[in-house]
Amino acid sequence: MARTSKKSSRKGGVRGRKKTAPAKRKAKKRPPAPPRLRPPELPTKHRTSKVSDAKRYEKEFLLGLYTDMVRTRALDTRIEALYKQGKLVAGCYSSRGQEGCSVGSTAAVGDDDVIGPMIRNLGSMLRKGIPMTMVLRNYLGRATGPTKGRDGSSHFGSMAHNVIGPISHLGSLIPVCAGAALAFHMRGEKRVALTWIGDGGSNVGDFHEGMNFAGAMKLPLVVVLENNKYAYSTPLEYQTGTQCFAWRAVGYGIACELVDGNDVLAVYEVVREAVDRARKGGGPTLIEADTMRMRGHAIHDDAKYVPPEMFQYWEARDPIALFEKQLRSARVLTPKRIAEIEEAVRAELEEQTEDAMNQPLPDPAGEEGEVYA
Amino acid sequence: MSAEITYLEAIREGLLEELRRDESVYCIGQDIRTYGGAFRVTAGCLDEFGRPRILDTPLSETAIVGACVGSALMGMRPVAEMQFADFVTNGFNMLVNFAAKVHYRWGPAVPMVVRLPSGGGTRGGPFHATNPEAWFARVPGLKVVCPATVRDAKGLIKAAVRDDNPVLYFEHKYLYRRLKDALGDDEVLTPIGEARVAREGRDVSLITYGSMVYYGQQAADELAAEEGIETEIVDLRTLVPLDQDAVLESVRKTSRVVVAHEDTKTGGFGGEISARIAELAFEHLDAPIRRVASRDTPVPHAPQLEDAFMPSVADLKRAILETAAY
Repeated sequence: MARTSKKSSRKGGVRGRKKTAPAKRKAKKRPPAPPRLRPPELPTKHRTSKVSDAKRYEKEFLLGLYTDMVRTRALDTRIEALYKQGKLVAGCYSSRGQEGCSVGSTAAVGDDDVIGPMIRNLGSMLRKGIPMTMVLRNYLGRATGPTKGRDGSSHFGSMAHNVIGPISHLGSLIPVCAGAALAFHMRGEKRVALTWIGDGGSNVGDFHEGMNFAGAMKLPLVVVLENNKYAYSTPLEYQTGTQCFAWRAVGYGIACELVDGNDVLAVYEVVREAVDRARKGGGPTLIEADTMRMRGHAIHDDAKYVPPEMFQYWEARDPIALFEKQLRSARVLTPKRIAEIEEAVRAELEEQTEDAMNQPLPDPAGEEGEVYA
Repeated sequence: MSAEITYLEAIREGLLEELRRDESVYCIGQDIRTYGGAFRVTAGCLDEFGRPRILDTPLSETAIVGACVGSALMGMRPVAEMQFADFVTNGFNMLVNFAAKVHYRWGPAVPMVVRLPSGGGTRGGPFHATNPEAWFARVPGLKVVCPATVRDAKGLIKAAVRDDNPVLYFEHKYLYRRLKDALGDDEVLTPIGEARVAREGRDVSLITYGSMVYYGQQAADELAAEEGIETEIVDLRTLVPLDQDAVLESVRKTSRVVVAHEDTKTGGFGGEISARIAELAFEHLDAPIRRVASRDTPVPHAPQLEDAFMPSVADLKRAILETAAY
């Protein structure tokens, strides 16, 4: 069960159409009593899935999750390789180790729902249907890429895929996705906005303003906070005094949840519950996913500040390997099937990479004319 | 004939007309719902449209501007109110990095308006009287409009709502209830990007916008009566995109230019106008370009200090007179 951090008697939401002041009652001259406060019930354990949980799902759905994680890892690895070959315009940011979090959470929303992925949510973009070549074209600064060479990396959105592109300023996606949720709420649409933030980004003011705004208006917004242990080189203990990021939800009057971010099925289930609640008018949820950034901040960063045993611990908890084991135990995945998936992904990646490499470079003429809609 | 309305009422009329015309238009801000906004611009709007189209928010400028961006991407046309233009700094990043760059970066339009009650003469002091338009006029992707008349207050808010880009609408607090006009029954729409000759003249061009159009008219009338100097006033109305042709046309006509604004001088938009004139019409000038602007200090509070800080009618007259006599 998801925990709601308060039972409010206050009417929330923005759809009420109150035009006038409440009807006058016969005045009882008693000052209003201070509200009776009840401490909210908070999650203390990260939710995980069991092998048997896989049995509740269609085989195709499970294989889809697995395939999208493998696709994400393959594309991520290819981007690193292209960087090392000197083919990228600038650096790159790895999603390695966080594929379960991206794919699992995005699987919990529908095509009509909107997502606002961050730089390490490559899996979310692929899951939403953005072709690999568009990511590659953007990294390669091609004229036919999603930003036509104007921005790099996975810094783009696609309205056709209901994906809002991020800016580099962390936290800014929270108010923007709250605004998308506000539009759904105002129009009475049963759509939800899903976005992500990191342990580092959740310290920016934008995060707090956006969460509070969404909480005040009970907007259909789900935020997955990927606690990947480092903000660039800064470990958790230097970032915040809180022992749990999810508990910040109490301050916004919204639900919160903890999940093992490397357990793709658990992520899917927790986010799915939050999405369902948001769709029914239950307001936003903040979900903290426990995971690990398996590379430096960007590729130039060797992450020597991370103790080696920490990498070892998380390497043993690789989200793809964990899911593979789970699906094999549940007899969903066989070595033959794994080989087939890997071959299909390899073929897709080769084809998409070739497509991206063959795209033209941008022409700087007329850029001033492209600034305004 | 329609009745006279104030500059403030013209903004409200424009908003009401756009709210009626297009269901995707909504107003968002602090205290705008039942209270009608700090200056009562949206007073009464709630009665017709109710919540959520007149939407009160927490005290969160970043969330307000961010929500505008997100909802605009989803097809809404938000009109945000900053309680005072000064507070837009708390939503600065969302405007200059998110709203301004989305279209250039990956294509979609971000149709949104941010209303900014700005300007001094009201003893507002350092945090309730600034004119921060120059911060935004240099950001590619944002449009900046500064209505100086009742007609343009209405015409520009309507045009801003219909524009597919983020538009910053600077409404001058000093003009709110001082300006009155009867606008007639026809729809009022002021195209964004078109300046207006507010007063014809042959001797000196006063290139200006916002409250300095109001002060400039007094200065021009007095100079005509006292000295026989005919000042041409070009009311820019829009800073971005700038109607450069209108500026140059007036400069070529008079060959003498005073550029005025209520914002402080250094880095003010007058520098940009002056530079363009110097670059593009140098050979037409018979006198150096002269700038009239506020002193380079924070806006002071006490009347004696604020009056000295801001350009006065006397300051404008002196600048025009000296330019004419050069």
